Amino acid sequence: MLAALAACATVLGGGASSGAAPATANGANAAATTAAAPQAVQQPQQGQQGQQGQQSQDDACDVYKSVPPSTEDGRAVKAIKAKHSLVIGVDQNSYRWGSRNPNTGQIEGFDVDLARAIGTAIMGNQGQVVLKPVATADRVDAVKNGRVDLIVRTMTVTCDRMKDVAFSTPYFSISQRVLVPKASPATNLDDAIKGHRACAAKGSTAASVLDAKKTAKQVVTVENQLDCLVLMQLGKVDATMTDDGLAAGQAAQDQTVRIVDGDTQPAVIGIAMLKTSPDLTARVNQVLADYHAGGEWGRSYDRWLKPYMQNDAEHYWPVPH
Amino acid sequence: MRARLARATRTAPGRLRLAGALLAVLTVAFGGLTAWQLETRASAADRVVSYSQPLSRDAAEIHRSLADAATTAATGFLLAGTEPKDVRDRYEQDLAQAAKLIAQAAARTTSTSPAQDSLSRLNQQLPVYAGLVETARADNRQGIPLGGAYLRYASEQMQGVLLPAAAELKGVEDKELAADYAQAKAVPSGAYGLAVLTLAALGWVQLTLFRRTNRVFNIGLLGATAAVLAGTLWLTVTGLTTSSALERSDHDGAGPLRALDNARVDVLTARLAENLHLVARGSTTTYADQWTSATKHLAGDAGGDVPLERRDGSLPEAVRLAPAAAAQPVREAAQQYDVWRRQHDVARSLEVDDADYQAALNATVSTTDTTGTADAAFNATDRALGRAADAEQAQFTDAAEGTAADLRLAAGAAAVLALVAATAALRGLGRRLAEYR
Repeated sequence: MLAALAACATVLGGGASSGAAPATANGANAAATTAAAPQAVQQPQQGQQGQQGQQSQDDACDVYKSVPPSTEDGRAVKAIKAKHSLVIGVDQNSYRWGSRNPNTGQIEGFDVDLARAIGTAIMGNQGQVVLKPVATADRVDAVKNGRVDLIVRTMTVTCDRMKDVAFSTPYFSISQRVLVPKASPATNLDDAIKGHRACAAKGSTAASVLDAKKTAKQVVTVENQLDCLVLMQLGKVDATMTDDGLAAGQAAQDQTVRIVDGDTQPAVIGIAMLKTSPDLTARVNQVLADYHAGGEWGRSYDRWLKPYMQNDAEHYWPVPH
Repeated sequence: MRARLARATRTAPGRLRLAGALLAVLTVAFGGLTAWQLETRASAADRVVSYSQPLSRDAAEIHRSLADAATTAATGFLLAGTEPKDVRDRYEQDLAQAAKLIAQAAARTTSTSPAQDSLSRLNQQLPVYAGLVETARADNRQGIPLGGAYLRYASEQMQGVLLPAAAELKGVEDKELAADYAQAKAVPSGAYGLAVLTLAALGWVQLTLFRRTNRVFNIGLLGATAAVLAGTLWLTVTGLTTSSALERSDHDGAGPLRALDNARVDVLTARLAENLHLVARGSTTTYADQWTSATKHLAGDAGGDVPLERRDGSLPEAVRLAPAAAAQPVREAAQQYDVWRRQHDVARSLEVDDADYQAALNATVSTTDTTGTADAAFNATDRALGRAADAEQAQFTDAAEGTAADLRLAAGAAAVLALVAATAALRGLGRRLAEYR
């Protein structure tokens, strides 16, 4: 039984190492990142056969791959400049990443800083940048139907999505983390889930990880990851699994919850746009490189995320192998 | 015994005595049965006016107050720091009103009634809901999105637990009202049957006497016949007028009110979905779908070019059933609803096409613009429906009040007239009997 579980976990990716030996989690994750990042994210575990089939099929894709950076305006960028507006899809529900401050009416956060930086770099002035809230489930469609030019919205780069949209070079590394109330005795990720009621957003990576682990007493799925925090505050669930970015957002909203040690399912997030406009992707990649090299990326991280994350900024800058 | 009876029927005085006894029994039975049957209907009519219709009305009001509380809480949430005092007051009044009516209904409901179950659920869950809304408000004021999640959770509790319990309660009360109506309007056929039998017996005795004695009139028996006829007439007239008054109270009052209550709750459901969509800030399409299904339930999915009366839905139904007195406010509500829909579409287009959430929010709720928003049109719709409900309630009271008193008067009259008839019949036969001494 233990052997079978370990095998499952290995197939699932980096989570295996962190699950089996929390102490070495970070090192092991870094090593496993390139090879096994987003696989098995889309489907709950059906059994090892299916899992392996999926993996070999997806091995062909590299989530770090994008077009080389460039400062030149191609056809797509010229078209955007001609209409005098760059529409960027953002989130207005993820605290500290992109959320509307109800008292100022402004959308703010780490992703929003980045979106504004890209807008200013390409359009030259903020007035021509439109930030458009997009629902999680609508992200790919919004790009494909041209309702937005870019999506900067904690969007995980997956091989599946790469078939539909083009991604920039990734700008943040995330993995799945678990939050528990401070009073909980759980010391690591597996402890926090095993035999407990665990919560995750419907259709999220976290939900498939919980389903695959099969150790939770009950897996509660909700519309939005934040709903898990409501349920946890009301004592209806014992633990919440979500990615570390959103976990940070939850911890920022409730000082009585903490993120436990250990993570699983490392992945990267990137900016999505049309596959047919590589010149825009190249331009965005250039902005990203400058944004990071110029220290703005780190400053934005320090402002929005650092108080709630486990590590310094550079830990989260994705480095391909 | 049998021999005595046989002997009694052999002689003329014996037969007369027997006829007297028969007539006395029949007339008294007629009076008693009529009085009893009318009294049963009178107390049913009493229950309709002062018990089951008010309870059904209260149940509808509990349902409406709760739906209104959820809608208003969401409006206040969207206005956040700028929430005006009257929005807050309205929410508090809704909760207070619901709590008061729940307590009243519980006091009036017997422990075996199926309403007990829904009432106890309402009692338990209302404070829980209020607590969730306060948490949402507190979080929102601190500017953290968790507040939105709390408000959506609170609304789910409202829609998943409280409103269904209120709807169940309303179902139970409506059933009781229908049963009381049926009992109050039931034809007192037993009384009519005995009336016919009594009159026939009186006629037969008089006919027989006429053949035997060649005397055309027996004043006593004639008086008895007149009294029974008068009682029957009273019974018939009262039966017809009260049942038509009750029918009218149902047709112009209670019935249209039920339709109107359904429309009012649908209006509130649609408004709640509209608010929650903005609370969720585009993270889900759930509430946009809820708006679509609520408005479909309310006024069908036919376009604005189809006359309202011919559309499906609870609002056209309320328009069709409305009595003349309520026709004007219901029509006004329907017109305001069309304005609201247009405002909603404007806000929706601002949100989706122009990606301007703040403008969409301002077009939906606003503290400064109190005429041009979707919320303003909703409020106008809601107020007009409220006026229509008052008019229909007045129609009900007008028609139903006094029916019980009329029925009681008829019951008393039937009893008195029957006693008069019995006395007269016995005296009339007594005269004939005296001739044999």
